[in-house]
Amino acid sequence: MDAADIKNLKATELRLGLPGTHLEENNVISEEKSSSSLTPVLNNNKRPLQLPADEETSPANKDSGSKCSNKNSDDDAAPPPSKAKIVGWPPIRSYRKNSLQEQSEAAGGIYVKVSMDGAPYLRKIDLKVYGGYPQLLKALENMFKLTIGEYSEKEGYKGSDYAPTYEDKDGDWMLVGDVPWDMFVTSCKRLRIMKGSEARGLGCAV
Amino acid sequence: MTHSGSSLPDLPNSTSTSGPMSEIRSPPPDRVLEIVLENVLHFLTCRRDRNAASLVCRSWYRAEALTRSDLFIGNCYAVSPHRATSRFRRVKSLTVKGKPRFADFDLLPLNWGANFSPWGSALADSYPWLEKLHLKRMSLTDDDLDLIARSFPSFKELVLVCCEGFGIAGIASIAANCRLLRVLDLVESVVEVADEDEEVMDWISCFPEGETHLESLMFECVDCPVNFEALEGLVARSPFLKKLRLNRFVSIPQLYRLMHRAPQLTHIGTGSFCASDDVAVGDQEPDYASAFAACKSLVCLSGFRDILPDYLPAIYPACANLTSLNLSYADVNADQLKPVILQCHKLQTLWVLDSICDEGLQAVAATCKDLRELRVFPVNTREEVEGPVSEVGLEVISQGCRKLQSILFFCQRMTNAAVIAMSKNCPDLVVFRLCIIGRYRPDPETQEPMDDGFGAIVMNCKKLTRLAVSGLLTDQAFRYIGMYGKLVRTLSVAFAGDSDQGLKYVLEGCPNLQKLEIRDSPFGDAALRSGLHHFYNMRFLWMSSCKLTRQACQEIARTLPHLALEVIDSQEDKADDHIEILYMYRSLDRPRNDAPKCVTILQ
Repeated sequence: MDAADIKNLKATELRLGLPGTHLEENNVISEEKSSSSLTPVLNNNKRPLQLPADEETSPANKDSGSKCSNKNSDDDAAPPPSKAKIVGWPPIRSYRKNSLQEQSEAAGGIYVKVSMDGAPYLRKIDLKVYGGYPQLLKALENMFKLTIGEYSEKEGYKGSDYAPTYEDKDGDWMLVGDVPWDMFVTSCKRLRIMKGSEARGLGCAV
Repeated sequence: MTHSGSSLPDLPNSTSTSGPMSEIRSPPPDRVLEIVLENVLHFLTCRRDRNAASLVCRSWYRAEALTRSDLFIGNCYAVSPHRATSRFRRVKSLTVKGKPRFADFDLLPLNWGANFSPWGSALADSYPWLEKLHLKRMSLTDDDLDLIARSFPSFKELVLVCCEGFGIAGIASIAANCRLLRVLDLVESVVEVADEDEEVMDWISCFPEGETHLESLMFECVDCPVNFEALEGLVARSPFLKKLRLNRFVSIPQLYRLMHRAPQLTHIGTGSFCASDDVAVGDQEPDYASAFAACKSLVCLSGFRDILPDYLPAIYPACANLTSLNLSYADVNADQLKPVILQCHKLQTLWVLDSICDEGLQAVAATCKDLRELRVFPVNTREEVEGPVSEVGLEVISQGCRKLQSILFFCQRMTNAAVIAMSKNCPDLVVFRLCIIGRYRPDPETQEPMDDGFGAIVMNCKKLTRLAVSGLLTDQAFRYIGMYGKLVRTLSVAFAGDSDQGLKYVLEGCPNLQKLEIRDSPFGDAALRSGLHHFYNMRFLWMSSCKLTRQACQEIARTLPHLALEVIDSQEDKADDHIEILYMYRSLDRPRNDAPKCVTILQ
């Protein structure tokens, strides 16, 4: 089956969402990205729609069933999988799935690791607990028994040997306080309290 | 046979010689052979051998039944407890397995069954000398555990794997009442713990005072805080303790203390492997590596439930001796893994997350030349285009780990070439389970189905007994399995195949097939019928979201009376005739009476 066929299939494929939405856009992007993978399955980068998990475990997903019959009725092509979550797929025990999930967010909290230069170990804090930067900084000061001082846009944490920094979603290290609090909370992956010249350097670079 | 003052008749194998030995009674001739047989059968431990021996003749059947002390029940509904206890009178150790494996993935309704209670009462009546109980995928309550705790004074070993329905109270009862307890292993089971506001029962404190007989204590899945002081005390007074698997509520400084208390440990589940919240920053942290150095017999490490990778170097002193390492709950990348794995020359079993990437697998392949079992689990379970591990990692492992026997590999992309390479490089493979998370995905290089890859596995891996397939597969893949998979006992199929012919190939071609689980594949009634000659040889058949009709199942139920066909349907009126789930198994007894409403058992 060649690319043209696949494109035609895409046009007729059943999908959640209105036609002419940004789903089309993503298709273009994904085609560029995955030039070697031309199957209907890999037609966009969008995350599958996450339906709320049923409390009652249902024996088999209706979607899977109907997909099954679709496959056999007419096309010789593999049917695109529904964007809905398939029950029991991939085959990972819920015990394992739940455990991994616990690690990333416990009961809605946003846990990030906090390290401090010179200290041989790390801590973990829940960002959701704090209302804003002042509370967070105070907590860090208490936790690590040091003074961080006040943030200023130009000079960072001048007057302190320490600067709280964080790694954001893109992997960049930023000074804590550079972005609005809400943006910080959602983009912060981990915190690091830098010491000494490195800290001052970062402050000035901002 | 009577005594007399005179010498006893000359019997072969008679215990008496002559004259005044009349107090010693010779057994009757036919019993002599049985006694010899019983003594000989004592040496037969493998259940398949015992099954064969029991078929020779009636007296062998009887002798075997009297001497079997380890009883294995592969399906709790295949025989009634009464039938089992009537035949085997002197059982000391019992294993019972309940739900089918697909229950782990939420495909079976809640309350489906596999209740332990009927077994519990039968055991309490028939085997007061019971020492060991191993249960897998069974549903048992606190009352069941309490019954076990109180009914067997010699009870030594309780192993619960993937079980549910019980809570802390049940565990506490076992701890308190089983004075000779050596093994308490709770593995991947769902344990009811109290809600946050309620007090959690301190089950560790329920172990009696004084020295214990404990050799193995695994409570990783008991998801609530433990009384650490009591735990430390327990470990300190358990000189025989070799295996200890902690839950995620035990912090690394606590682990440190426990390890120094029990340097004889061989298997450790490390708990969280993370600092606890109340450790103040100024405090000196102990030298965690010293604990790992102190446990000189350590061969198996697992846990790392909440790991801070910066702590990983603490395990270095143990790496050279490790044969088993389970990092499958630890989100570590290649750079964090490498310094560890490069020291693990003796490793035979490795479970990891795909966060280590193909690069991490490369490091494994370079060092772990003795690797027998590898499992790579996904961090991200969505169907994505690319993932951190791929055919590159699989091929590299196949080149480096030639002794590989068992592999479970989750990935987003895989090529036939890599699978074929593994089939040639790893001829000792017994278990090959590949899960390409994106369903119906072909080989990304060739756009071909994955038929040839799996075909090569069954063709080249002559010892293969367990196979799980995935990716885009046509009937051809099943043709290969039917042709070459002569030793295959367990086969897992999902979203695969084109037509009835696929399943026919397997049912007609695989004489050793015992466990067949299929979901979301286009196999229908004709395919099912092609297995009639073989169903009595199987432990079970599972087919969900396929194309089976109730009529066909009814037909089969009538044709094969000792087959239980459970049709599970969650809704009454449906668009088509197809049933949702068929779970079929051989059974010597009447259909069970504990099934929920959505289950119909056809006869």
